[in-house]
Amino acid sequence: MSTTEIDKSQDTAKPYSVRNVLFKTAILFILANLIFAAFYPLPAIGKFSAYNHLFPGRQRLPYGDNPQKAYNLSLFNLEAMFASHELSGKEKSQNEFRVIFIGDSSTWGFLLPDDQTITAKINAADLQLPDGRTVRAYNLGYPVMSLTKDLVILSYAMRYQADLIVWPVTLESFPYDKQLYPPLLLNNPDPVKKLIKEYKLNLDPNSVHWVEPGFWGRTIIGARRSLADIFRLQLYGILWSATGIDQDIPETYTARQEDLQNDLSFHNLKPDQIQENDLAFDILDAGIKMAGNTPVLLINEPMFISRGKNSEIRYNFYYPRWAYDGYRQLLSVISNQKGWNYKDYWNVIPADDFTNSAVHMDSNGTTIFARQVMEAILELANPKPG
Amino acid sequence: MSLLPILIFICSALLIGWIIPFRWRIWVILVLSLLAVYWLQPDLAIRNLAFLLPTVSIVLTLATWAITRPSDQSNDTKQKSWRLGLLLTGGIILIVGLMRYLGPLCCLTAYRPPDIFRVLIFMIVGGGIALMPIIFPKAKRIFSTLAILFIITIFVVLKSPLLLQSASSGLRGITGQPVELANPQDIIWFGFSFLAFRLLHALFDFRTGKLPAYHLDEFLVYVLFFPTLPAGPIDRSQRFIGDLRQPKGKPPQNRWQGSQRIIWGLFKKFVIADGLALIALNSQNAAQVNSTLWMWLLLYAYALRIYFDFAGYTDLAIGLGKYVGINLPENFDHPYFKQNMTAFWNSWHITLAQWFRAYYFNPVVRSMRTRFKILPAWVVIIIAQFTTMILIGLWHGITWNFAIWGIWHGLGLFIHNRWSNWIRTRPGCTPSQPGVQHALQFGGWFLTFNYVSLGWVWFALPTVSLSLNVFQKLFGI
Repeated sequence: MSTTEIDKSQDTAKPYSVRNVLFKTAILFILANLIFAAFYPLPAIGKFSAYNHLFPGRQRLPYGDNPQKAYNLSLFNLEAMFASHELSGKEKSQNEFRVIFIGDSSTWGFLLPDDQTITAKINAADLQLPDGRTVRAYNLGYPVMSLTKDLVILSYAMRYQADLIVWPVTLESFPYDKQLYPPLLLNNPDPVKKLIKEYKLNLDPNSVHWVEPGFWGRTIIGARRSLADIFRLQLYGILWSATGIDQDIPETYTARQEDLQNDLSFHNLKPDQIQENDLAFDILDAGIKMAGNTPVLLINEPMFISRGKNSEIRYNFYYPRWAYDGYRQLLSVISNQKGWNYKDYWNVIPADDFTNSAVHMDSNGTTIFARQVMEAILELANPKPG
Repeated sequence: MSLLPILIFICSALLIGWIIPFRWRIWVILVLSLLAVYWLQPDLAIRNLAFLLPTVSIVLTLATWAITRPSDQSNDTKQKSWRLGLLLTGGIILIVGLMRYLGPLCCLTAYRPPDIFRVLIFMIVGGGIALMPIIFPKAKRIFSTLAILFIITIFVVLKSPLLLQSASSGLRGITGQPVELANPQDIIWFGFSFLAFRLLHALFDFRTGKLPAYHLDEFLVYVLFFPTLPAGPIDRSQRFIGDLRQPKGKPPQNRWQGSQRIIWGLFKKFVIADGLALIALNSQNAAQVNSTLWMWLLLYAYALRIYFDFAGYTDLAIGLGKYVGINLPENFDHPYFKQNMTAFWNSWHITLAQWFRAYYFNPVVRSMRTRFKILPAWVVIIIAQFTTMILIGLWHGITWNFAIWGIWHGLGLFIHNRWSNWIRTRPGCTPSQPGVQHALQFGGWFLTFNYVSLGWVWFALPTVSLSLNVFQKLFGI
């Protein structure tokens, strides 16, 4: 067992050559940082992905706060998020009827393995259209309640030649004070501001604290966390491929609240006075305009209806009855006025099929919801004459 | 260890090598090392234990020096030297303890030190124990036996989850904390694995009369040298203190070579190893992955990760050592490129393997050959090799899996030993054509790398059943 001799050539290094190497390294490092800061190529870097090349794309967008267990993580690079999704790796075939789902955690499938989400259940049904095309559903839900977040996701999803966009929504995504809070939006000010401007949304781009990196934040050193996140997302792809796991689903969790507070408040709205202007219908309208010729199926998603304490004044943890009833009424009327394809499935799922929140369904609830949505897709893809 | 302490170590070592005059260097290294012993110790649930454990590390080092110190070390200069070392050590312990009272400046440590009364008690009791061999110089051999037993006992307790649980219960009982919350994680003794082996080396060499006389400051720096606290290497005192007295190389070359090693070390540890850690085999993914191919990928990721992690730390230690003029020994020499198990163990955790060879393997072989002369050589080798490898396995933790890992390597070494002997006695079996030789070399490398990698299944996983399950998946059974 002998020790290794230090490389003898190292001993010959002269002080001036050491200084030269250090000096050149420092100059190159500074230059690399300056060039990086000038071009800030994070979105472009995000497009380079091992997903769909070395291993399969993910079935839903990256999200997770326990990467070591979920083999998934939340990051803010939208390009990297989309590049990791199976949609980015799939050429649309002639016989594919491509349906893209956007929406919140209900669409994403919180507490559900990725083979039990609504899109997975629709794909498992192998739905055929009369023209021979097969319905193939893609999950672009993201577990945050904000219509603006849905709109940003939709703006990226428009690249993928959808035949139909399914947009499940719930009242909690509508209040204006909910629109710009998600970290995903705060860390992506450019696309959000662009949409606000383009669609003249009723949002003040100056009222929130955008995360807009200064000079140092744009250097390699400043962007190290974002770069590391992109790198980690690629590495976790290996274990995602090996296990099919993309969410840490605990064996037990706190069930959705059955007994409710005696509380009529809903955000900053006055009870019994909900108006169209109180909710972000303009963002919904912008999404449907953005889709252009691609039809959008707007769905009021199912929710848990409590039978516990104070259930006579509230439906669940999120909604007092007056607010939710007013919202449903408004959504129905506006959809009618604007000719939107709208379905209201608010009460189609039994209470026992909700898990830890009023909008998270279990596998059984998701199956019931998927059947309803499949009917609506068939109806929309193959309209009855007259 | 995170980047911050490493960066502080780098700056400190660079400054020591650059601006501190040689005659002061050892004292500055000593102060830094004593502070590092406390600083790197993580906080623990048991009251005052996080302060007590580093203090015991220092007391053990003092006591070992006192035991191994030649009795005739009596001239004035030497007396002054050890008294100064003792005073400095006590002063540092006191300063760390007093930081409790510094308000916003508290603390250097990850925990709040005990009150000054307790710190003084620790110091008086610890100092008393450490100086016993000086007070009773004739009982040094007994003290050395007691010290060896004490260190091995502590080591066994720290490496055994069951004993740690009991120790935690006992300590919780003493401190009046809830015993039902006792957990092996309650007792984490930073750097003890490496410190214990340096102390044992000194005590064994003292008993065989091979240990030279060291000044207290030299011995303290040897045992507690801050770059080697987290992950070794386990240097020999004779070599280390030689460097300390007569620094190796010229400062500019040392800085250059040290910087190269540190940059490589940081890259190996924080880029490669930490990246591979995300996909390396562990108890969670071992149960989740079912495909043979993916399982091999996870296993290879683990094999590379453990190498780059450990080799990265070694590079950092060697680089920091170079900054202050100390050439620490190499711990790795391209182990995964070796073509047989013996070559692998000559290049993997070299200093630990050398330690076991010097203090276990060679004495056991010598003893068996003299006592049991009828035993054939291969029986002596098999016994010595297997027990050595089992002990190396148990050094990582006293569990069935580490023991099996040791047996796995013992078997590999034994098979290679028998094969080498067999082939040596048959010169005609050695092919002369270069093509065949290359194929054999490749075959040797392939077998060795995969045998070592498969051995990591035992090392990486906590239970035998899970390891067997992984083997089934690896071979598609």
